[in-house]
Amino acid sequence: MTRKHRRLVIVLACGIGLGSASALALNAFSSSMVYFMAPSDIAARRPAVGRPIRLGGLVQAGSLHRETVDGEPTAVFKVTDGKHTIPVTYTGILPDLFREGQGVVALGALEPGNVFKASEVLAKHDETYMPKDVADALKKAGMWNPAKGPAPPSSTWATASLKQP
Amino acid sequence: MIPELGNFALALACALAFAQAVIGIWGAHRRDVRLMAATPGLAVGQLLALAASAGALVWASVSNDFSVINVAENSAIAKPLLYKISGTWGNHEGSILLWGLILGICGGLVSVFGRNLPSALRARVLGVLGGTSAGFLLFCLTTSNPFFRDFPPPVDGRGMNPLLQDPGLAFHPPILYMGYVGFAVPFAFAVAALLEGRIDAAWGRWVRPWALVSWCFLTCGIALGSWWAYYELGWGGYWFWDPVENASLMPWLTGTALVHSSIVVEKRESLKIWTVLLAIGTFSLSLSGTFLVRSGILNSVHAFANDPARGVFILALLGLVIGGSLLLFALRAPLLRSGGIFAPVSREGALVLNNILLCSICAVVIAGTMTPPFADLLFGQKISVGAPYFNLTVLPLAIPVFIAMAVGPLLPWKRGRLWPLVEHAWWAALIAALVGGVCAFGMKLLPALAFGAAAWLIIGSFAEVFERTLLFRAPVANSVRRARGLPVAVLGAAIAHAGMGVTVAGIAGTSLDSNKIVEAKVGDSFSVGGYQWILLGLDDAPGPNYRARVASIEVLKDGRPLAMMKPERRMFTLQQQTTSDVAIRTNLFRDLYAVLGDERDGKAVLRLHVNPLAPWIWLGALIMAAGGALSLADRRLRVGAPSRAPKAALPA
Repeated sequence: MTRKHRRLVIVLACGIGLGSASALALNAFSSSMVYFMAPSDIAARRPAVGRPIRLGGLVQAGSLHRETVDGEPTAVFKVTDGKHTIPVTYTGILPDLFREGQGVVALGALEPGNVFKASEVLAKHDETYMPKDVADALKKAGMWNPAKGPAPPSSTWATASLKQP
Repeated sequence: MIPELGNFALALACALAFAQAVIGIWGAHRRDVRLMAATPGLAVGQLLALAASAGALVWASVSNDFSVINVAENSAIAKPLLYKISGTWGNHEGSILLWGLILGICGGLVSVFGRNLPSALRARVLGVLGGTSAGFLLFCLTTSNPFFRDFPPPVDGRGMNPLLQDPGLAFHPPILYMGYVGFAVPFAFAVAALLEGRIDAAWGRWVRPWALVSWCFLTCGIALGSWWAYYELGWGGYWFWDPVENASLMPWLTGTALVHSSIVVEKRESLKIWTVLLAIGTFSLSLSGTFLVRSGILNSVHAFANDPARGVFILALLGLVIGGSLLLFALRAPLLRSGGIFAPVSREGALVLNNILLCSICAVVIAGTMTPPFADLLFGQKISVGAPYFNLTVLPLAIPVFIAMAVGPLLPWKRGRLWPLVEHAWWAALIAALVGGVCAFGMKLLPALAFGAAAWLIIGSFAEVFERTLLFRAPVANSVRRARGLPVAVLGAAIAHAGMGVTVAGIAGTSLDSNKIVEAKVGDSFSVGGYQWILLGLDDAPGPNYRARVASIEVLKDGRPLAMMKPERRMFTLQQQTTSDVAIRTNLFRDLYAVLGDERDGKAVLRLHVNPLAPWIWLGALIMAAGGALSLADRRLRVGAPSRAPKAALPA
C-alpha cells in the first residue's frame, strides 16, 4: 500500500460517504419540505388534501371551543390573517402559550371539507413576541404596520372579510 | 456602583484580551521571551476581571437592582433566589457574558496547566484565545451590555419567562457553554500549529484531553437540554430537531470526530491536516450555532432578541474568526507533513471511516437546518424542514457508525485483517441478532433493528476489554491481573461506546410508548399501557410566584396502587403565562408520564403516557461522558506530556 494508494482509498471513501449523504438528503428534502402558508395563501392556492403544510396566523378571538371526537378531546378554533380564516381541529393539549388573539403556527394538513387538521400546534413565545412567519403574513394581508406599534388584537378587526371561505 | 464596577471589569477584560492576543502572537513571532512569558499573566488577569464582572451582574440580580435594565427585564422581587442567580445567564446579554467568562476560564486553565508547553506554542495558543475573547467581549460591551442603567428604575421587574424557571435549566446553559467554548482550545491549538507550521505527536497529546473535556460537557449539556424538553414542555418528546438542538448537535458530531482523529495524530502522526481542519470546523460550528440562534436568524424558542446591529456584528465576528482561520489553513496547511502510512483495514482506517460518517451526518444536519433561512433570504420562500427529513437522512448514516463503533477498537494499528474481527466479535453479533430477532416478534421492524443495534453496541464495545483480559479463556486470577494492567483509556472508550448503545436502546424503547389524551372528571378511570389511571381530585395550590392547579392521579397495576402522580398547571400572574408541570414516575425501565391540560365544565384534559426505557436516553449520554472522563484519567496522557526543553528554540 503506497501513499498514493492510501490517498485514493480515502478519497473514494469520502466520496462514498458524502455522496450517499447528499443522495439521502436530496431524497428526503423532496418528500419532507413543509411550506408555510397563511390563510390567504390557502385561499389563493389550495394545497392538495393530506399534503403537510404549516399554517400560521392569529387565533381568531372567540373562535375556540372544545369538542369530543372519537372519544378524544379536540380543540376547534379558527386561524386568521385578517383576510381569510381557516377552521382548525387539534386533538391534544394546547401549548401553554396558546391564547385567542395571539399568533400560532400549526403543523398538519387540509382535510376534505376545508378543515385543517393539526398534528402539532406551536405557540412558543411570550405575549410580546410573534412568530416571524406570522408577522410577515399579517403585514402582507395589510392588517399590521409594525411602524405603528404592536399588532392589534384580532377581535378588533373587521369581521366582514372573515366570513369568506 | 457595583454594576458600574462590573462594566469596568468587563472593559478591562476586553483590553487585557486584546493585549493577550497582540503580545502572544507578536511575541511568538519575534521569539521575544519576555513578551511570550507575559501572556499567561494576562490570561489570568482577564479571567479575574471577567469573574468580577459576572459577580457584579449576579449581585445586581440578587439585590433586586432594577435600575439595571437587564435585571428589570428579566427578574422580579418574588423570583426565587436560585433563579435570580441562574437568570443572569438566562437572557441574551448575560449569556454572552457567560460565554466570555468560560472562554476566560479556558485561557486561565491553559496558562496554569500549560507550564510545560513549548513557550512559543503556549504564547500563540493564548494569543488566539485572547483574540477570540476580545471579539466577544467587544460584542458584549457595545451591543449587548448587561450593565446599562435606566432611571427612574421600575418598582418591580418584569420577571423571567416561567418556562425557564426550572432547576434543570439553571445548569443547562453553563454546562452546554463549557462544551461549546471548550472547543476554542483545540481551535487555538490548531491555529497556533498553522502559525508555527508544525504539528507533532505532542500536539495531538495536548489537543486530545481538551477536546475530550469539551466533548464530555457538550454531551451532558445536550442531554440536559433534551431532558428539560421532555419534562418541562410536556409534549412527551425529547428531541424535536429544532434549529437550536441541531446547533448543539453539529459541533457534537464534528467534536466526536475530532476526539477520534486526534488519537491518530497522537499515536501515528497521521491525519494531521484533517485534525486541524476538524478543530477549526468544530469551534466554527459551536460559534455559528450559538450566534445564529441568538441573533434570531434561526427561528427558535431560544431566540432572545432580533436586533439588526447585533446581527451585523455577529456576522462580522463569525466571518473574521471562521474566514480568517480557514484562510490561514489554506495558506499554511501544505506545510504540515503527515507521516505514518496505513492500510484501509486498520485502526487508522476505522477512525477515518468514523470521521467520514460523522462528518456526513453533520453535513445533512447542516443542510436541513440552514435550508429554511436561506430559502427565505434568497427566494422569499417560507419552508420548514421537519423531523421526517432528519430521520430519513441521519438514521441510514448512523447504522454503519454503530456497526463500526463496536469492532473498530479491535483492529490493530497500521494493518489489520477482517477475519480476526469475526473471530473476536461473533458472539456479540450473535447476541445482537438474537435480541433483534426476539424483538421482531411483536414490534415493528425499526425498533427491533434499533434494539439489535443497541445490544451490539453495549456488548460489542467490551469485546476489546474481554480480548485483552482473556476473560473466560484464562484463569480468573490471570484475567483480573490483566484487567488491572489495562489502560484506562481502553476501558473509557468501551464505556463511552456502550453508553451510545444505552441511548439507542432508550430511543428505541421510547418509540414504543403508549399514550392517550382523555377528558376526565374526578373519579374517572382509564387504562393506558397496561396501567389503570384514576383521577382522584383537582385542587388549587399556591406557589412562590404562581398559582397552581394540581391533579391527583392514582396509578394502579393489576389492581394494586403503584403511584400517586400530581401534574400541575401553573399560572404565573406577573407574566400572564401558564406552564404545565409534568408528573413523572420512573423505575429506570419505564416512565409514567402525566400532563394536566386545561379544564372545562369540571372536566380536565389529561395526557397520559407510558414511555418504556425513556430514562436510558439520558443515562446513556451520562455513561458516554463518564467514559470520556475516565479515559482522561489515563496515565499515558499525563506521563507522556511533552517536556518544554529544546523545542522552543527550534525555528518554525
